[in-house]
Amino acid sequence: MNLTLLVWRQETPTSEGSFKEYKVNDVSPDSSFLEMLDLLNEELEVKGEAPIAFEHDCREGICGSCSMVVNGKPHGPNKLATTCQLHMRSFKDGDTIVIEPWRAKAFPVIKDLVVDRSAFDKIIQAGGFISVNTGAAVDANSILIDKESADSAFDAATCIGCGACVAACPNGSAMLFTAAKVSHLGLLAQGQPERYSRVINMVKEMDAQMFGGCTNHGECQEACPKGISIKFISRLNRDYLKGRLLQIVQGSGMKAQ
Amino acid sequence: MILDFYRSTVGKKIIMALTGAALLGFVVGHMAGNLKMFGGVGADGVHKMDHYAEFLRTMGSDLFGRETLLWVARAGLLVCVGLHILMAFQLSLINSKARPVGYKSQEYQSSTLASRGMMFGGIILLSFIVFHILHFTTGDLHFRGFEYGKVYSNVWNGFQSPSVVAFYILAMAALSFHTFHGAWSLFQTLGVDGPKLNPIIRGVALVLAILLFFGFVSVPIATSMQILSAPIG
Ligand code: HEM
Ligand code: FES
Repeated sequence: MNLTLLVWRQETPTSEGSFKEYKVNDVSPDSSFLEMLDLLNEELEVKGEAPIAFEHDCREGICGSCSMVVNGKPHGPNKLATTCQLHMRSFKDGDTIVIEPWRAKAFPVIKDLVVDRSAFDKIIQAGGFISVNTGAAVDANSILIDKESADSAFDAATCIGCGACVAACPNGSAMLFTAAKVSHLGLLAQGQPERYSRVINMVKEMDAQMFGGCTNHGECQEACPKGISIKFISRLNRDYLKGRLLQIVQGSGMKAQ
Repeated sequence: MILDFYRSTVGKKIIMALTGAALLGFVVGHMAGNLKMFGGVGADGVHKMDHYAEFLRTMGSDLFGRETLLWVARAGLLVCVGLHILMAFQLSLINSKARPVGYKSQEYQSSTLASRGMMFGGIILLSFIVFHILHFTTGDLHFRGFEYGKVYSNVWNGFQSPSVVAFYILAMAALSFHTFHGAWSLFQTLGVDGPKLNPIIRGVALVLAILLFFGFVSVPIATSMQILSAPIG
């Protein structure tokens, strides 16, 4: 296949970027999208040009590195797939493909298609954990968890932190990510002691990182390569409201529950 | 603590949902009340609409005095509209700052014209609310023989102007779009959610949006088409 690519090129975080046009020829329909970029980068290197910087690691859809907006959709046209799982057979010979980085204030561009996603780490640090005292491990199955909660917690826990939700949201909101992290702990017994302080602290950090607010467009759930549902956002809202009401009832000393 | 709630995007959105729900409740009641325009004339030779308006002014008057409850309701609505708009502007500002550089191409998959146009429609609604109060409540922008208390006649005369009728229809279309997204969105915001419940909520929001539109525009349209007869007395 022969393709035309329009790729965002930006040298440094502060330099002004622009779209550059590239032609790639003889691409195998069986190659992955990232392999197609590898091919182009090899050609660029031979020509003495700087290769296109993009993030990748596992190339099997589990690490969440391969962030790029392909033809207006995060991770490209296919549902429930990351860019590394996208194959060139999803395109037609002669297509023009627009490739851009995630766009959000909280995800500044480092170079070309690579953005800094440490804002997500900050949200996790604010509450995406459970406090466990050290000592001998608890016996397996000593805490029983009903199947529905376990399944739901697992659905939330499939989040790979790729940031497609933020990239897709017209408001640049990180609510799906935050909600998934809040829920996968909040649904389990181990997550109960910090359930309400967790949601309050994580939302506070999410706002501090300059993500936008949720207006229930639902774009995040469409873009999520793991199919995480906006039902977790609703759950976050519910827990947030409960947590704030509990604070009012119990006074500002509230730490847990 | 309440301040922390107010400062968070989630808290602001919850305030927006609660005030939006109250406004929706009002709008439904208001629409139903307006249909009294079709009620004709009572045995005492007074339009049913004027009876109804008088009822609104006198409700609870044996306990609190004339118009007291009406003013309480008005104050409540004003607080709701004020908070709702304040939150809308604050959140919109936060949201637009969250994406300073836009995309060259962005394909929407689930958002609707209604969901993306909440601010646009909201601003039409705001200008409508201001005009509407000056038009029919105070009469300052009526210009066609406004008389306090003669509601049927004020409405009928007010809608003899085609441009006024057109503006009312436009504003009600905006309300309809706003309701289609808002009446669904508010449940998500308040944490009411479920795989079985969501399609029902979406459906109710659609029905509500359609009912509100036709319920409201029926009066200006029936008036300008002379289906409603000229006021008596
Ligand atoms: C008759 C008057 C109004 C009614 C009944 C109404 C109702 C609602 C409802 C129920 C919501 C959903 C809240 C949520 O998502 O949780 C909403 C959202 C919203 N309203 Fe209003 N509203 C009215 C007037 C206005 C005005 C005057 C403005 C703006 C100046 C406005 C701007 C907005 C915006 C920006 C949203 C958020 C949209 C979103 O979350 O997607 N509204 N409204
Ligand atoms: S490279 Fe790991 S998910 Fe794509």
